[in-house]
Formats: sequence, structure tokens, C-alpha cells
Amino acid sequence: MSGPDGDRRPGTRVRGSVVPEAEFRSYYGRPIIKEPVWTWEVPWYFFAGGLAGASASLGLVARLAGNDRLARSAFTVSGAGVTAGVPLLVSDLGRPERFPYMLRMFKVTSPLSVGSWILAAMGPAAAGAAVADRLGIFPRLGRAAEAVAGLLGPALATYTGTLVADTAVPVWHEAGRELPFVFAGSAAASAGAAALLLTPPADAGPARRLVVTGALLELGAAQAMERRLGDLGEPYHQGPAGRLARLAKACTAGGAGLVALGGRRRRAVTAAGAALVLAGSACERWAVYKAGFQSARDPRYIVEPQRARMAEREREQLKR
Amino acid sequence: MTAGPRMGFFTDTSVCIGCKACEVACKEWNLVPEDGPLRLTGDSYDNTGALGASTWRHVAFVEQQRDDQGLRWLMSSDVCKHCSSAACLEVCPTGALFRTEFSTVVVQADICNGCGYCVPACPFGVIDRREDDGRAFKCTLCYDRLRDDLQPACATACPTDSIQFGELGELRERARERVAALHDAGVAEARLYLDDEDDGIGGAGAFFLLLDEPEVYGLPPDPVSTTRDLPTLWRAAALAAGTLLAAVAVSFVEGRR
Repeated sequence: MSGPDGDRRPGTRVRGSVVPEAEFRSYYGRPIIKEPVWTWEVPWYFFAGGLAGASASLGLVARLAGNDRLARSAFTVSGAGVTAGVPLLVSDLGRPERFPYMLRMFKVTSPLSVGSWILAAMGPAAAGAAVADRLGIFPRLGRAAEAVAGLLGPALATYTGTLVADTAVPVWHEAGRELPFVFAGSAAASAGAAALLLTPPADAGPARRLVVTGALLELGAAQAMERRLGDLGEPYHQGPAGRLARLAKACTAGGAGLVALGGRRRRAVTAAGAALVLAGSACERWAVYKAGFQSARDPRYIVEPQRARMAEREREQLKR
Repeated sequence: MTAGPRMGFFTDTSVCIGCKACEVACKEWNLVPEDGPLRLTGDSYDNTGALGASTWRHVAFVEQQRDDQGLRWLMSSDVCKHCSSAACLEVCPTGALFRTEFSTVVVQADICNGCGYCVPACPFGVIDRREDDGRAFKCTLCYDRLRDDLQPACATACPTDSIQFGELGELRERARERVAALHDAGVAEARLYLDDEDDGIGGAGAFFLLLDEPEVYGLPPDPVSTTRDLPTLWRAAALAAGTLLAAVAVSFVEGRR
């Protein structure tokens, strides 16, 4: 009989892996878990939500520090970010008309439920703050909205890391401790960069510094994530996710460098750096998103860590 | 409504003959639509492929050439595990997924908004979104039949009693006896899968007697519900949010320009 034996299949080997095909067995090399059904809207939402969240915090602190021009830029970006983010989220649903069902209940066990509530509070606040500031109407209400948006902003920027981590996808789940930091850094860098492009150089000092600290946080957290993942982190070095991850690192590091170099005097250099940082932040979310699909597709990423865990448990039991 | 005893499946793969009557009965009773065009996979007699939105029972066919004993054919009817700690249910933001009075896990089609979160949350790759419909679907353990004191369609159709339905405690006892009998008959590789309440999913409402490692049948050897780590995950998100706020605040500290 020429049929496969269900034991080992040549096609199941991870491309580029140096680990020999030792004892790994699978069912015709088929995936064990399902790939996400999410589409392009989701990584763009992660980017828009992060940008909006960090921008709101930047705006709030700018207001408290008396830097009204920077506050105006930041709240404009924040308002635009949530306005773009909501339609992205809605259109990714299989039944978009049932979007309000997201607020049917509040479930701590569902980061998507928690996130929907954060967005439901933060979104109108951020959009309202931007409108009030731009039009110069309802100043007191505007300030209150700024406070709400600025304090909820960091949650909006980081819950999405927990959202993807709370799945069975190995490259996401096992990086659950680092992913919110990757997203926080990426959000901070993008918020600084966007504000830089809209603010006169004399008032943009904090935005420039935020680009650099955000970029450092993003790159450092991504490094820590890959270290923790070990072999499970292979998707970040292969295929589309690998290319995006490299691009994200190059754009973020290069862009932050240009911003630091350009400072307040060389405006063109600083602007080019800010644009690169924004691109790097978007690529980072896309890299994480794509890595999840690559990770879910290969049964090796499921079987091998689970086998290792079982072997570890057995050793523990023998010791006792 | 008061919860009755926990009901479930015991699938004894040692007597499965691969007839796929369970697949057909499930489709017929539950009016599950076609799963795309008919195709031949070349993977033994398995042209179904995997569980999915429109495949709630899936019969796996494994052909093994063993040096000492010649060819061996393993067949196994897979199904939703109706986990005690069900990740799909826990991550569902709308409450569309719920636990019934039989302790099974069911999607309410009139609530599901097709967010798709349950799909990558399931450690077994069971639940999926029907693309033309937009909502998520999976085995209901024939919720409608159970409420009318009927057995699920697949168990009713199974000609060899490979699929057994009943009270979970009773099924577990029966399964242990079956494993012991198989061991006595020299089938040393017989083992139970997902019968332990201390495992990563808190025990399953559908468990199996297998004749090889779970991964040979396309099953994860040591599944864990992702929400077990949720406290750690939320703590990380909170810390990261604090870090972000601190990074913003620090950027207003004037150094030299």
C-alpha cells in the first residue's frame, strides 16, 4: 500500500529548521489548531488603536504641562485614530450588523469584551476631546474628555497584545508577557512620530523624546519576546512574518535615529524619521499578526512543546 | 433550570470501522451544509480532512506499516471535546457560546456576531467560522435531541458502538474496564485520552480510547486552555499600560535640547 503511514511525513519538517526530524509525528502534517479567521482590518486596528491610545496620553500630559500646541496635535491624532479604528473592527466581523452585541455583557475572561468596553469609553472621549479643542466649544467637557481618553489610552494600546496572547496560537500565547510591552512601545513611538509631524519644532521636544523611548521599548520588548519564544519564535525569522519583523526593526531603529539626529533644527530629517517610525510601528503589528498564522499552520509548534511539558512532568513525578 | 448529570461521549476507536455513518448522521440531523466541493485528499480514505464549521464529526484514517506486525489501520471519529475549561466559551465576547444544563458547550446562532475569537482559542482546532454565513459553528452534542431524551445522531448511527453516549462518570468507568480488557488481550498500546479532570482543560465531555499517541490522530498530546494563564496575561497588559504612561510622562522632563 502506498498510502502515508501517519507517522512521519517529509513535508512536515519546518523549513530552515536545524532541528532534525527526531520523533515528531503528526496526522499527514495537518495543522492541529485552526488559523485565525481575522483579516487585514485587525493589524491595522492594532496600529490605529495603539496610535490613538498613546496619543491621548501624550495629549493629556502635554495639557497638564501647559504645552497646548502639542496637546492639540496629539488629541487630533487620537481622535482620528479611534475614528479609523471602529470601522476596521466592525468590518472584520462575520456579522457586522451585530457589532452592538460586543457590549451585551462584560467578561474579564474575554480580552475582546474588555477591549470593546475600553473602546466604548475611550473612543467617544478621544473623538470628543479633539472636536472640542479644534472648534473651541464646551471647554470644560472637552477637558474632562481629555482626562478620560488620556487615562484609558494606555489600556487601549496594550489590551490588543493580551487579546492575541489569549489564544492557542503558540507564537502568541507563549509571548503573552512581552506582547503588551511590544505594543506599548510601538504605540508610544507612533504617537510621538505623528505628533512630531503636526507640531512646530519648538513645542515638539516631548514628542521627539517619546519617539526614542518608545522605539527603545518596542525593540527591547521584541528582543525579549523572541528570546522567550526560542524555537517557537521561528515565524519571526521566516516567510512574510520574518520579512515584516526585519522591516519593522529597521524602520523603527532607523527612524528613531533620524529623529534624534534631526532634533528641532533639521526639520526634514526629523520628519523623515517620524514617517519611518510610523511605518515601523505598522510593520510590527503586521509581523505579529502574520507570525500567528504561520505558527498555527505547523503542528510541530503544538506537539513538541506539549511533549516536552509531559516529559518534564514525568521527571518531576519520578523524583518524588 | 437545574443542571442534570454531565453527559458526554466516549469514543472507543479500537472498534471504529471507518464507515463515516457518524459524519453523515450529524450532517443530516443538524442540517449542516456542504463543506466545499468534493475532493480527494489522497490521505487514505479521509476526504473530510478536519473538523470545521460544517464538519462536526471527522473520521481519521491512519495507515501504519509496522515491521513486526505488518500493516495496521487506525480509525477514529473526532468531535468537539466540550471541555470543562472551554477556551472558546471563555473568550467569546458576546456570550453566544454558553454551557448547557448537560454541561455541554453550544453556540447560540442568534447571538454570535462572527468576531472569530473562538477559532484560534480552541486548543483542538474544532470551532470555525462559516465564511458564507459569517458566524461560528461546531458540534452541539445534539442539544435539541438531548432535551427530548434522545441520543445524539452520531451515537445513534454508529454501528459498532465506537461512539457511546451517556453520563460521563459511567462512561469513564466503562472506558477503564475496556482498556483493562484490551491490555489483557495483548493490546498494550490502548490508552485513554482526555479522561483526566486534572488535565489542562479540566477534563473533557468527549474522551477517547486511542491505540497510538494523540498526535498521530491529529490531536494535541497535552492541551491547555489558554485562559488558564489569563491572570498573568492581564498583569502584563496592566504593567505595559503603566510603562506607556510613564514613558509619556518622562518625555516631558527637559534635558538639554
